[in-house]
Amino acid sequence: MSWMLLRDLLSGANKYSTGIGRIWLAIVFIFRLLVYIVAAEHVWKDEQREFECNIRQPGCENVCFDYFFPISQIRLWSLQLIMVSTPSLLVVLHVAYRESREKRHRKQLYVSLGTMDGGLWYTYLISLIVKTGFEIGFLVLFYKLYNGFSVPFLMKCDLKPCPNTVDCYISKPTEKTIFTFFLVITSCLCIMLNFTELSLLILRYFIKCCLQKHSKTFKSSVCECHSLGYTECGETRAPQLLQNHGPSFDTDIPPKGEAKLLCDTEED
Amino acid sequence: MDWGALYKVIGGVNKHSTSIGKVWITVIFIFRVMILVVAAQEVWGDEQEDFVCNTLQPGCKNVCYDHFFPVSHIRLWALQLIFVSTPALLVAMHVAYYQQETTRKFRRGEKKNEFKDLEDIKKQKVHIEGALWWTYTSSIFFRIIFEAAFMYVFYFLYSGYHLPWVLKCGIDPCPNLVDCFISRPTEKTVFTVFMISASVICMLLNVAELCYLLLKVCFRSSKRAQTQRNHPNHALKESKQNEMNELISDSGQNAITGFPS
Repeated sequence: MSWMLLRDLLSGANKYSTGIGRIWLAIVFIFRLLVYIVAAEHVWKDEQREFECNIRQPGCENVCFDYFFPISQIRLWSLQLIMVSTPSLLVVLHVAYRESREKRHRKQLYVSLGTMDGGLWYTYLISLIVKTGFEIGFLVLFYKLYNGFSVPFLMKCDLKPCPNTVDCYISKPTEKTIFTFFLVITSCLCIMLNFTELSLLILRYFIKCCLQKHSKTFKSSVCECHSLGYTECGETRAPQLLQNHGPSFDTDIPPKGEAKLLCDTEED
Repeated sequence: MDWGALYKVIGGVNKHSTSIGKVWITVIFIFRVMILVVAAQEVWGDEQEDFVCNTLQPGCKNVCYDHFFPVSHIRLWALQLIFVSTPALLVAMHVAYYQQETTRKFRRGEKKNEFKDLEDIKKQKVHIEGALWWTYTSSIFFRIIFEAAFMYVFYFLYSGYHLPWVLKCGIDPCPNLVDCFISRPTEKTVFTVFMISASVICMLLNVAELCYLLLKVCFRSSKRAQTQRNHPNHALKESKQNEMNELISDSGQNAITGFPS
């Protein structure tokens, strides 16, 4: 079990992402995961061994280290990477669920498994919101735990069994500060990408809904919306699947315009 | 995610690069990434453990090490290699976007005479012209900037590329000016000089590739201008015929040698 498993799982999610989603994935893989594995991990490798307090009292160093670093920055970083990457798997699971449904019913229920319409659109939206929530949550946690993002070279400690206020020296504080800021900057970049993607998705949905409403007013016959099961655009209920339509509509090969209602189809 | 995964991504761009670009990718992965992973990391492995100061004062060693090595050589090289390789992703994304558009047109029936099937679209080399030329040139430009920036940072941080065997340190809590000894300074200097030389070679290759691309464009546009001047009536037909001939000869060359013109 290693980071390769996460990489392989996320590569599967790449197929069903939007353009911005793929950029996000590239940034996570290269500027966060790769930097973590090839560089950052080694910086924190000997953090406790090289943590030195100006005292010979046994136990003082251990207690002070534990007090200043309840959880190591590098472990927080790896937790953040895992938590931030896994919501993308919701989309993969949803697509797998669609695939199993089609197999069970033995007929095509969806235009294509990865088309972002109906429930998959909501799943994608939820995954974006959860990702952003985790990113912001971890940044706030980092800030609160270490009183900022910089690592000082000296900390004063007077916990028992230390006999008085002792000076404790951290190893490689400058290098750790540089990598912590690197983590914060890439995190903020990913948050911005997530917000952009979220806004674009919602905007596209409303634009297409408005266009449909607009076209409805010019058509005297049944609205094209009905071919996708919309009773009224703008309802909070999710758009229904193709299979729920009446027999008067040809559901075998729906027109491409309706199929791409909510988002451009990502075709490989 | 590791260097192998980065190699797979960058290697994918290899097909659409110029010959100089292919040499650059080889130099980067063999003379820099591989040397970093198999040799340099071992040399710097015990850098803090074996950094010794002539004092028993706790904390003096930590503070002096942090002062002389704010960022380790190894980490700087790893970051340099990552930043220098990522502009190639711009080209990879552009090629992927181009292939996606071509696939869409093929499915609509527009390019059936150019490609046999969808696999053919993915296999065929994309020529560096038009918008892709700009993307490719910008990626080379950014590569040069990143290489130069990192080389400057190195020079600035370590006051040159040579590592001394003793450093004098008098920062608090060191009681006085103490001698601090670096582990394996000569070996580290050798590897530093090697990595810097490889960096310089890569920069020269990038500059050469940039000049080649610029000359190619100038040559093509002057050829077109000349053709239009000499045969204004047939200019359009001839330029189209020239492009077709180039396409045929390029794809023929690729089929035989696998290298672009």
